Amino acid sequence: MIRIDAVLLSLVVGSALGVVASQHQARKLFTELEREQSRAHELEVEWGQLQLEQSTWAALARVEGVARERLGLQEPLPGRIVVVKGAQ
Amino acid sequence: MTGQRTVTFNHNPLLEKGLPTWRPRLVLFALLAGSLTLIGRAVYLQGFNHEFLQAKGESRYSRVIPVPATRGRITDRNGEILAVSTPVSSIWAIPSDARLAPADMRQLAVLLELDVDELSRRLATERDFVYLRRQLAPDVAERIAALRLPGIHQHQEYRRYYPGGEVTAHVLGFTGVDDRGQEGIELAFDAQLKGRPGSRRVIRDRRGHIIEDVESIRPPRDGEDLALAMDAKIQFLAYSALRQAMHTHAAKAGAALVLDVRTGEVLALVNAPTFNPNNRSNLSGAQLRNRVFTDVFEPGSTMKPFIGALALESGKVQPQTVIETDPGRMTIGRATISDVRRHGALTVAQVIQKSSNVGTVKMAQQFTPDEMWRMFDTLGFGAPLELGFPGEAGGRLRPARSWRPIEQATMSYGHGISTTLVQMARAYLAFARDGELLPLSLTRVEAAPTEAQQVFSSATAREMRHMLELAAGPGGTAPKAQVAGYRVAGKTGTAHKLEGGRYTNKYVSSFVGFAPVSNPRLIVAVMIDEPSAGQHYGGAVAAPVFARITEGALRALGVAPDAPLAPLHLAGKGDRPAVPKGDM
Repeated sequence: MIRIDAVLLSLVVGSALGVVASQHQARKLFTELEREQSRAHELEVEWGQLQLEQSTWAALARVEGVARERLGLQEPLPGRIVVVKGAQ
Repeated sequence: MTGQRTVTFNHNPLLEKGLPTWRPRLVLFALLAGSLTLIGRAVYLQGFNHEFLQAKGESRYSRVIPVPATRGRITDRNGEILAVSTPVSSIWAIPSDARLAPADMRQLAVLLELDVDELSRRLATERDFVYLRRQLAPDVAERIAALRLPGIHQHQEYRRYYPGGEVTAHVLGFTGVDDRGQEGIELAFDAQLKGRPGSRRVIRDRRGHIIEDVESIRPPRDGEDLALAMDAKIQFLAYSALRQAMHTHAAKAGAALVLDVRTGEVLALVNAPTFNPNNRSNLSGAQLRNRVFTDVFEPGSTMKPFIGALALESGKVQPQTVIETDPGRMTIGRATISDVRRHGALTVAQVIQKSSNVGTVKMAQQFTPDEMWRMFDTLGFGAPLELGFPGEAGGRLRPARSWRPIEQATMSYGHGISTTLVQMARAYLAFARDGELLPLSLTRVEAAPTEAQQVFSSATAREMRHMLELAAGPGGTAPKAQVAGYRVAGKTGTAHKLEGGRYTNKYVSSFVGFAPVSNPRLIVAVMIDEPSAGQHYGGAVAAPVFARITEGALRALGVAPDAPLAPLHLAGKGDRPAVPKGDM
């Protein structure tokens, strides 16, 4: 009787410790996951900001201004455009 | 044992006294009752009430915090970013906690770009929560956090940026401070764009710092990205062409629209006056209006080709049928309809080319009001197109049985009927596409829609394309619509504005056309409201805008020219080719 009790008790204690350990493990992994996710999110945010910056620099109004004023470019006159056949 | 007065542990003389039997029982009972009460209480707390208590306990350390989701990006058809959300911080305070030293106060006020007085006034409020500044740039927010001021907190929000600014303002609309759509595409596609915030459980210490993440209750779901049909290059072209025309003609307002003939996609849509969606203080209603969808106007002569097409389709006239328009005016009831100038006998093609009111009315009079109404209805006039754009107007098309003869006559040249610019542009699809109408789309479509609706026969559409090319040619009303290298077709419209039920001397000038004629690719519609720098005819005001947009857009799309470039070679040094001068 006592022996069975002792075995069961040790099983219970063992399983309890197992629960604690796995709970701890789960939390640790969860924290790690969270950290990676928030890093992914930060990168996503940074990407958005970079895209924003890129499209601000590449805004057609700005590009046109730079092309015309700083680089002195102008649209080719109609007669100076060569159409390559079969391009379409 | 007897008589001995010794006191031993188990020979207490008191015991020998013989206590009354109720006393031990009472004590025993009291002890029992006491312990039963305790057990009962314990069972109650642990068994019945434990959820409540556990929740209370957890609330001391565990918190559920929301995880914000990002709103989807809006891009043009080629993936250019048109709208993107990026995190910003909002600074808030618990006024009763925020007891700041004057130096801290000043420092905070500088960072918040607020007056010290204004700041202390806000902190003096009775409320438990007060926003000090919303949507602050992240780097400033970090500096505020570094001050570690008591009672001053911040939380993350999203702010929408529109790199296109004024150019795309009317199509995109904007979002409110809560990142929800309020106008335009942002409102129309809010359900798709908006993210669903998630939440997670964390353990916090007394100061509110997160010590441990416990679990994720619901992961956030970011909003979907949306690809519009718009082409950023064509949009910019249309914007700069319209802005220039607004300036040249001192107009009150204007709008332009570019459609892809093959798919029904809206490639560009611009309005003037416009606004900067990134800075929306001092906005007026006139700036916000998307005239393409919400403003109805009497189109004027751009309506005439449909009457011509109806007449051709029914077989009542042939393109070469001669219609007498002399003496340039005709009387219906008490009203007189007149042409700008006497044209004499004109063929149907010339009626369209010269834009003769009298000739058009004579064609329209061969039909019953019902037949005309049915055509207008099939073309989509009088009812909103249901593109999902907020505030879309349907225009005005009265039921045929209420038409008087003079009204039927004026409707044939676009008065007494009102449409939006987008309805007009879509109706021209019937000419550009061999008689078919397509549903329009603001978002990118992968394949041409299949639910095309046949309005005219392809033979009629081809005839009309030819007539409209004449109208945009040297002898027509809009030679200024011509584009170097491409054959264009289109019709001008110049309508008196209705104000309070009377026609005034203010005008709406418009032009709707397509190019290249040999295989139409684009429909471009332009509307200029109240040009007031001397000229008001559609051919002089709206047609040059059409030409500029069409030329650039066809080139941007890489459409092969279908007209010889040589005759326009002598364009001189200006960047616009020399075209024969028209007088309208």
